[in-house]
Amino acid sequence: MQGISKSFFGVPALVDVDLDARAGEVHAVMGENGAGKSTLMKILAGALQPDAGTIRLDGEVVHFSHPRQAQQHGVSIIYQEFNLLPDRTVAQNIFLGREPRRGPFVDAGAMEAATVALLAELGMERSIASQSLVRDLSVAQQQTVEIAKALSFAAKILIMDEPTAALSPQEADALFAQVRLLQRRGLAVLYISHRLQEVFDLAQRITVLKDGRLVATLDAATTRPDELVRMMVGRDLGHLYPPRAAAAELGAVRLRVRRGGGGRLRDIDLAVRAGEIVGLAGLEGAGRTELARAIFGDAPFTRGVVELDGAPIRIRSPRQAIRAGIGLLTEDRKAEGLILTESVRDNTLLALRSLRGRVGSQDDATRLVLDLARRVDLRAASLEQEVRYLSGGNQQKVVLAKWLATRARVLIFDEPTRGIDVGAKAGIHELMRELARAGAAILMISSDLPEIVGMSDRVVVMRDGAIAGELPAGASEAGVMLLATGQAPGEVAA
Amino acid sequence: MIAGGAAPGFAARLRRGFAASDAAPIYGALALVAAISWGAIVLAGGQINLANTLVRSVALGLVAVGQTFVILGGSLDLSVAYQVSVTAVMASYIMQGDPNRMWLGVIAVLLIGLAIGCANGLIVTGLRVDPFIATLGSGLILRGILNASFDNFAGAVPKEFQVLGYGALGPLPYAVLLLGVVAAAAWALLRFTRFGHHLYAVGGSQETARLSGVRSARVLIGAHMLCSLGAVLTGLFLVSRLGAGAPWVGPDGNYDLESIAAVVLGGTPLVGGRGGVLGTVAGVLILALLDNLFNQLAVNTFLKEVLRGVIIVAAVAIYTVRSVRSPR
Repeated sequence: MQGISKSFFGVPALVDVDLDARAGEVHAVMGENGAGKSTLMKILAGALQPDAGTIRLDGEVVHFSHPRQAQQHGVSIIYQEFNLLPDRTVAQNIFLGREPRRGPFVDAGAMEAATVALLAELGMERSIASQSLVRDLSVAQQQTVEIAKALSFAAKILIMDEPTAALSPQEADALFAQVRLLQRRGLAVLYISHRLQEVFDLAQRITVLKDGRLVATLDAATTRPDELVRMMVGRDLGHLYPPRAAAAELGAVRLRVRRGGGGRLRDIDLAVRAGEIVGLAGLEGAGRTELARAIFGDAPFTRGVVELDGAPIRIRSPRQAIRAGIGLLTEDRKAEGLILTESVRDNTLLALRSLRGRVGSQDDATRLVLDLARRVDLRAASLEQEVRYLSGGNQQKVVLAKWLATRARVLIFDEPTRGIDVGAKAGIHELMRELARAGAAILMISSDLPEIVGMSDRVVVMRDGAIAGELPAGASEAGVMLLATGQAPGEVAA
Repeated sequence: MIAGGAAPGFAARLRRGFAASDAAPIYGALALVAAISWGAIVLAGGQINLANTLVRSVALGLVAVGQTFVILGGSLDLSVAYQVSVTAVMASYIMQGDPNRMWLGVIAVLLIGLAIGCANGLIVTGLRVDPFIATLGSGLILRGILNASFDNFAGAVPKEFQVLGYGALGPLPYAVLLLGVVAAAAWALLRFTRFGHHLYAVGGSQETARLSGVRSARVLIGAHMLCSLGAVLTGLFLVSRLGAGAPWVGPDGNYDLESIAAVVLGGTPLVGGRGGVLGTVAGVLILALLDNLFNQLAVNTFLKEVLRGVIIVAAVAIYTVRSVRSPR
């Protein structure tokens, strides 16, 4: 791939990126969230088309306008979210859309036999039956099915997007064995991962992306982990975070959770002061969103106590949480934060109306919404504009305005700037700090390490449904990562 | 930044409300259909009878206004046809031609209707049965009970009650007045009350509404009860025209699918969240005008069905294309 560029709605996601993969090589692609790894891989796999640049396969220039074309040229991708039908069998999934036929009928026998042969290549024919339903398989087994499916296309290049994110250590080891097997068969494997350890174990070369640009392609054997980390996180000078809270600005503890538990959550002890932004870090699946949902009463704690301004409070539903002055800005704004088909006005007033709070006359409502829109610095054509036509940053501001309307004193942001372009990010960060200065207690979940480190007055790190530790303001990204992954410090420094 | 601007006057606000309801284009279409059909009728030597067309719209109109509520909330009611029958039969059975029992009959069928709507709403929200299946089932139950209890016209309504079907205030038939009042009330309910706002929100995204503190279940149950009220009014109108109720008056009128067609034709998509009553009224009138046109031109019954089908499908296709292409 040469000179690949891609923009979404005028926001560059990739700028002039080169990448090459050799047969029989595992090539890791690394970078922070939003660095452009996934976009680059989707372009290679034909799911997205580049604005500029060329892709060559064995020297020949190719254009993929559809994933199917890429597959036929031997490029397969395994996404983090598997592309399998849970209620169909392993064989049916592998040959979906190109079932072998005999006359007008599907040749079930041939399909089964081919499936068993594919699984045998991965050494898994004994542990996965071709006729079992995908629903009944473990995540690791499903991944093997995805790999078998890729092999069935005679893949020359296999892209794996964070394949170990949902695997246990033993399962991950089994996966590594399969990856090495593929490598010996001469496949080029492009391996996206955040985990340094496995990258150094598996990969021969490592490409680092940052902010949509190529930083470097390195030889794994001659690169030190700390060098790699520095390249990945290298401070982005274009974006400065607002100053943190001074000690005098911190008020009393506003939100406190004592020994909270339920679902995957265990022994959660957490306190957020008025005026404070507490960053909640952790890997995907560590339980951060669950914690937010528990506080917000959506999947309430089954054990422990929640206190608001020192008084214990029972929150069994989002409605009660909202009434108590808690607001949740969900990670998925479009499905859970906004009514896309409604106007800025109706979205802003949604929560207030649900509480039967005073909205007053139409004119009062207009004044209220205008005031809130000014406070969050919303850029919209009018209050009647449907929110689906707003940019991601402005949509987030509408969600925020909704909670300001209810005068929420505790705000939980789940990935506040995910999918929001860099310019608007700074605006959201400024707003969060302003709200804290005005006395709100803010809990900020983020997978964006610079954001966690830059914004937080205190960082709480979660792992496996429990709190792994706490770091003061100014903690290093490496420190957060160590707690989140549970690795001993020596392993990264080595 | 958003400009504040002075508060608009009442007329301006009405105009803005009309534009914001997305109903403007459908009224353009209505005018077009009216012009074409009346032109064709005059050319063919027929007579335009507006009052007649309007009265014919009342039965479908009332039930379709009700249907608009559930569809806005992302639900659906397929049992309305049998609710119409239940109302017609029970009203004439209770009244038994006695003017003194008239109000008793009206109140009884209103309560029955509310109970059925509440039951539908509870099945959809509490048992989480898909509304298509839930109301198909409740419709079958009603049909079974009706057919087991009545096999012909039951009782009669008093002369006084037939004023609803045949009386008029000056040139305006009471029935048309009733539809107008019901549609206006429904419009105001959707536009100016919390319930209205919440219904749009639930239809737009039930998850967002719930996480914003809206009690989605209550809202949907309310919508189902309002829907049933529409069916009850249709049943009362029909029984006042017919003089007595029979189990087949509802299904014979195809009020279930026709009301859904009118709502969708009026610009409220089946997934809910947008649209409204004004569009539905236009949808009903368009269907009535087409019927009138086909009848006057003596179009073959089956061809008529084909044409209606084509028009409904084409209208929805146009909406889909428009909504994909028109980011404002």
